[in-house]
Amino acid sequence: MFFFSKLSKLEIINVGVKVGDKRVVQDVSLTVSQGEIHAIMGPNGSGKSSLAKAIMGHPSYKIVQGNVLLDGESILQLSPTERARKGLFLGFQYPVEVSGVTVLNFLRASYSAMKQGGKEDVKVQVPLVPFKKMLSEKLQLLGWNEGYSSRYLNEGFSGGEKKKSELLQLAVLQPKIAILDEIDSGLDIDAVRLVAETLNKLSGPNLGLLMITHYKRILQFVRPHRIHVMVDGRVVLSGGPELADELEEKGYSWIEEAEEQE
Amino acid sequence: MSNVREAVNLDYSKYGFAMPEEAVTRLDKGLNRHVVEEISRIKNEPQWMTDFRLKSYEAFVKRSLPMWGADLTAIDFNNITYYIRPTEKTTKDWEELPPTIKATFDRLGVPEAERKFLAGVGAQYESEVVYHNMRKELEEQGVLFSDMDTALREYPDIVKKYFGTVVPYNDNKFASLNSAVWSGGSFIYVPRGVKVEQPLHAYFRINAANMGQFERTLIIADEGADVHYVEGCTAPVYSTDSLHAAVVELIAMKNAHIRYTTIQNWSKDVYNLVTKRAFAYENARVEWIDGNIGSKVTMKYPSVYLKGKGARAEVLSIALAGAGQHIDAGSKILHLAPETSSRIISKSISKDGGRATYRGQLLVAKGARQVKSSVKCDALILDEKSRSDTYPYNMVNEDDTVLTHEATVGKIGEEQLFYLMSRGLTEEEALNAVVMGFLEPFTKSLPLIYAVELNRLIGLEMTGAVG
Repeated sequence: MFFFSKLSKLEIINVGVKVGDKRVVQDVSLTVSQGEIHAIMGPNGSGKSSLAKAIMGHPSYKIVQGNVLLDGESILQLSPTERARKGLFLGFQYPVEVSGVTVLNFLRASYSAMKQGGKEDVKVQVPLVPFKKMLSEKLQLLGWNEGYSSRYLNEGFSGGEKKKSELLQLAVLQPKIAILDEIDSGLDIDAVRLVAETLNKLSGPNLGLLMITHYKRILQFVRPHRIHVMVDGRVVLSGGPELADELEEKGYSWIEEAEEQE
Repeated sequence: MSNVREAVNLDYSKYGFAMPEEAVTRLDKGLNRHVVEEISRIKNEPQWMTDFRLKSYEAFVKRSLPMWGADLTAIDFNNITYYIRPTEKTTKDWEELPPTIKATFDRLGVPEAERKFLAGVGAQYESEVVYHNMRKELEEQGVLFSDMDTALREYPDIVKKYFGTVVPYNDNKFASLNSAVWSGGSFIYVPRGVKVEQPLHAYFRINAANMGQFERTLIIADEGADVHYVEGCTAPVYSTDSLHAAVVELIAMKNAHIRYTTIQNWSKDVYNLVTKRAFAYENARVEWIDGNIGSKVTMKYPSVYLKGKGARAEVLSIALAGAGQHIDAGSKILHLAPETSSRIISKSISKDGGRATYRGQLLVAKGARQVKSSVKCDALILDEKSRSDTYPYNMVNEDDTVLTHEATVGKIGEEQLFYLMSRGLTEEEALNAVVMGFLEPFTKSLPLIYAVELNRLIGLEMTGAVG
């Protein structure tokens, strides 16, 4: 049967994004399929995070041009809730703290929401016991102890713990396509390695990854199939993994200078 | 202990009131000396109580409305019925209740039999077994537990000794009003060293509906005694009159512990003006757990007078102020003895133009050495139309007092909602998660059944499903 199952695909087509009156992304096109790893690199303020938020449906980041398709259908009219339930995931650069809500309860609600599919008005609650079993397997995968799941969501977490929390959510929710916004920022090199190891465990034929990063270092541990370089809201360069090394060597200014010469 | 048995008797029609058959069942609207005397006469009270009511009435007339807090000028004291024989309330038809109230019962999942009772229209509540067990246990321990009117008849000495000693008849306008016209409420006496294991609450859920708007509660925990009392319920309390003025007096003797939990969900036209006060003697501990969801206006500041060395007070309160509501609540702690301590946690949510106010008073008296007190007020404002204020008043007369005050005001941001929605929760679910999380320190202190109901109720309030 599995020969006939279609791969999920996120198609970003000529997308332009505005925040208020300001144009922050222009003419960006790229396609991520299940099983692939893509990276968007670029200097600060190049529009990477804005693109990620807009794709997930953040109300302040409006897509004013182009289209975004998930499995061939436009998601522009869908709420973030519906996008999530269709299998899209955004790992936040700055995960929000939610006091009084335990990781366990939150993830159970979230996991249940995914099970009920695109419709918002259908309510399903997955049974607690099997869910806890699944959660503890995922915790093990991340090398976290059980006690973690009774902590309040992201509250009082260190920078590293917050990133790990995003990865745990990724592991539990099992989206088809995940965008990870600077999952490596603010971490020391050991922590980056740990994050990368986890990502390698999670990636596979069922997950399409779009990693947004400012630094190259994580790409030493997670090798992307494609790298896209964004400058000033546009993708100015796309290539294979070797592009990361070139950037490391020459810096972003190399591209910016090349741009100016054009 | 047949008195206790009688008090928890579930035959509602016989419940608690000594009333000759020919007595009038409903007094005319408005208040004067004659009405006060009539109430006392109908109830066949001893002379001292009649006198107490009358002097309270005089104090009520003389006293002006408080010049601070919520706006109370719209209360029309002449348009209120001050005494209704409880049985009359049961004649109302379920069908006559406002649809919003009925719908809320449905959504809360309150059982049919119980909801009629809570709404004041039912006559019987089929849960004899629970009460039978509780009754037996209390009897064996020598705990006195009845409604206030019964207590006045059955335990006149102990009632006379303590009634009105914690909240004097002239304490404030609404305490005076209650002292003049009170009916119903609960009386509990826990003997020395007795620890009541179960919270006394199921009983009260029945009592809540028929106790009326001017109930009077007195709880005495003798030396080393321990009791947890729960009043009110999450189901909306529908009342025909728009004023609720209760008085609650707690006395915790040496080493005693009283926890008093309230969840009020009065309908949205009620002025809820309640005086709650506790005396805590040496090493005693008093906890007020106070949840305010309903009413048009609430003014309520549960207070503890720490009168003995080492006494402790804890006040944990929440307020949810929606459209047209002003919840002005807080706490008052008087440190009158050395080494006393207090902890206040107040959480408020305002939405749809509602207003939540925290008003706290803290006094450390001269001679009260080594006092510790912490106050924490957190406010959550859900939209631009809504409002939250904090008014702390601290008077500290000893220099070795350790006092901390912490206040936070938060808004549920776009980022928080977006984050949760990106995990598949609907906007409503996301909002709910944030609000319930905010209230978690409160809900986890409740008996489980109440916590579940409260969560459900707040869920309904948040989605606007409650009218």
